[in-house]
Amino acid sequence: MSASYRTLVEQRDALAAGEVSSRELVDLSLAAVEAGSRYNALVSTRTEEVLESAAAADQRRASGESLSALDGIPIVIKDNMVEAGQGTTCASRILEGFVSPYDSTVVERLRESGAVVLGCSNMDEFAMGSSTENSIYGPTRNPWDEERSAGGSSGGSAASVALGLATTSLGSDTGGSIRQPASFCGVAGLKPTYGRVSRWGLVAFASSLDQIGPLAHTAADCATVLGVIAGHDRRDSTSLPEAVPDFSAALDGDVSGLRIGIPDEYFEAEGVDPDVLSAVHGGISELEKAGATVRRVSLPHTSYAIASYYLIATAEASSNLARYDGARYGRRSPNAKSLSEMYTLSRSEGFGSEVKRRILLGTFVLSAGYYDAYYRKAQQVRTLLRRDFDRAFEECDLIATPTSPEVAFRLGEKSDDPLKMYLSDIYTVSANLAGIPGISVPCGFVRGLPVGLQLLGRALDESTLLRAADAFQGRTDHHQQDPPGWVG
Amino acid sequence: MSDLTRDQVAHIAALARLKLSEGEQDAMASDLGQILEYVEKLRELDTSDIEPMAHAIPLATPLRPDRASETLDSELAVSNAPLREGTAFVVPKVIGEEEEG
Repeated sequence: MSASYRTLVEQRDALAAGEVSSRELVDLSLAAVEAGSRYNALVSTRTEEVLESAAAADQRRASGESLSALDGIPIVIKDNMVEAGQGTTCASRILEGFVSPYDSTVVERLRESGAVVLGCSNMDEFAMGSSTENSIYGPTRNPWDEERSAGGSSGGSAASVALGLATTSLGSDTGGSIRQPASFCGVAGLKPTYGRVSRWGLVAFASSLDQIGPLAHTAADCATVLGVIAGHDRRDSTSLPEAVPDFSAALDGDVSGLRIGIPDEYFEAEGVDPDVLSAVHGGISELEKAGATVRRVSLPHTSYAIASYYLIATAEASSNLARYDGARYGRRSPNAKSLSEMYTLSRSEGFGSEVKRRILLGTFVLSAGYYDAYYRKAQQVRTLLRRDFDRAFEECDLIATPTSPEVAFRLGEKSDDPLKMYLSDIYTVSANLAGIPGISVPCGFVRGLPVGLQLLGRALDESTLLRAADAFQGRTDHHQQDPPGWVG
Repeated sequence: MSDLTRDQVAHIAALARLKLSEGEQDAMASDLGQILEYVEKLRELDTSDIEPMAHAIPLATPLRPDRASETLDSELAVSNAPLREGTAFVVPKVIGEEEEG
């Protein structure tokens, strides 16, 4: 058996050259899942299915009928993306035992490309959290330090890549849930433009903010996976009709003349670790050395983003999670004697405390007498945040910021203080509110823990983001460092 | 705004079909009060002339031809039912409940 692979591109080339089979790639992944199990990155592994899929992929390859460059390569999905005949729990008791009767669009597109779904990654319950601690399976541990959080809510997806269980994974990002765990685990994570990837079959948290995207060691691998999952889908009425460009073709390594905006407000925010800031400044200097120009820009409403985000996200969540009623699917309380008890007890026993907190907050801000003061106000501020970006992008092509104000925090450090946890999303929520794409790439280390550089781009301009991130990785080796937990 | 009262929390919980223990009610009153106090900062902004934004990307409501097409078959549709009879969901009796459902 060959040595392990860190990137999808290496796997693709090795498969094409006949140096490795899909079966061997799958065996490597299954062995890594076993070896890395104490990190709790995956909540389910499709052991039998992946062997069947790999055999089929090898057969296709032998007869010259490969479906795509991804044919036979294992990939991890987050446990909020459904596949027909498979369980999806969203790390919630209320969905224990749920088996999906249909495929999500992303799984359908992965299958059409021949990619093999290895298993489902751990997450904060219903994607509500920034640490993957709000999970019925227990927290995911950070591959760089077991006592620390992998970030969240896609902590399992980020840790899977960092540990070497698979070269790529899918996560979902409602307020930073791909980018922040990518930053904490030292991998790349891309949140595409809202509507670029279909949400059909993604369990809804906040429908106007949720977006699926790839995580990998490299921006180049993110580009390949995005090319597979992106594109219009008539089953998602918010899916964008725009044609999907060849993201990989955009990776020419050339950033000369690219104008990078540095928002003062992000670098002067309270509570940001100065060492994180200097790592991010170091990253920006690399892009400058590669020929990009740097200028200061202003995003004046930044300090209102968290407040706007948590009002809108919880309002949408309270509405979306009303569907868990114990009647049609999911867990029904065995203690319910009446219809109203069926609703109330099923929900109260099925949801964890962070989910309850957000449902209550969302219900409150939508309730009579409070709607205008909270929900409508938050939507108006959302308009202001969007305008900030529109103005800034008149002067620059990309915006560079830290992904998180800190490196990975200790497990338990914030779990008793919801507001403190919310404030750690300061750099990521604005992109979701504005609907623009963002990527986090590793740009250095502070006290042995990875730091993420976030690049934000114009709506639909993932190509420029990926080009800059790829050029950055071509000049740096932060993404080539293996964590102590590496089992690939 | 400071902490919500326990009555307020009980009212919201009832709207959301959640039942909280007394301990949970107290904790939620304090947590929600703290969060609501934080979001008060939005009041610093004059937004009287600002249109609220429900969606990041302006999209027209997509239309499709009104044609019959394949849907989930009824057997699959009820396959996750906690309790079923044939292709129907079975729930506790509605009529005669004392509490308003």
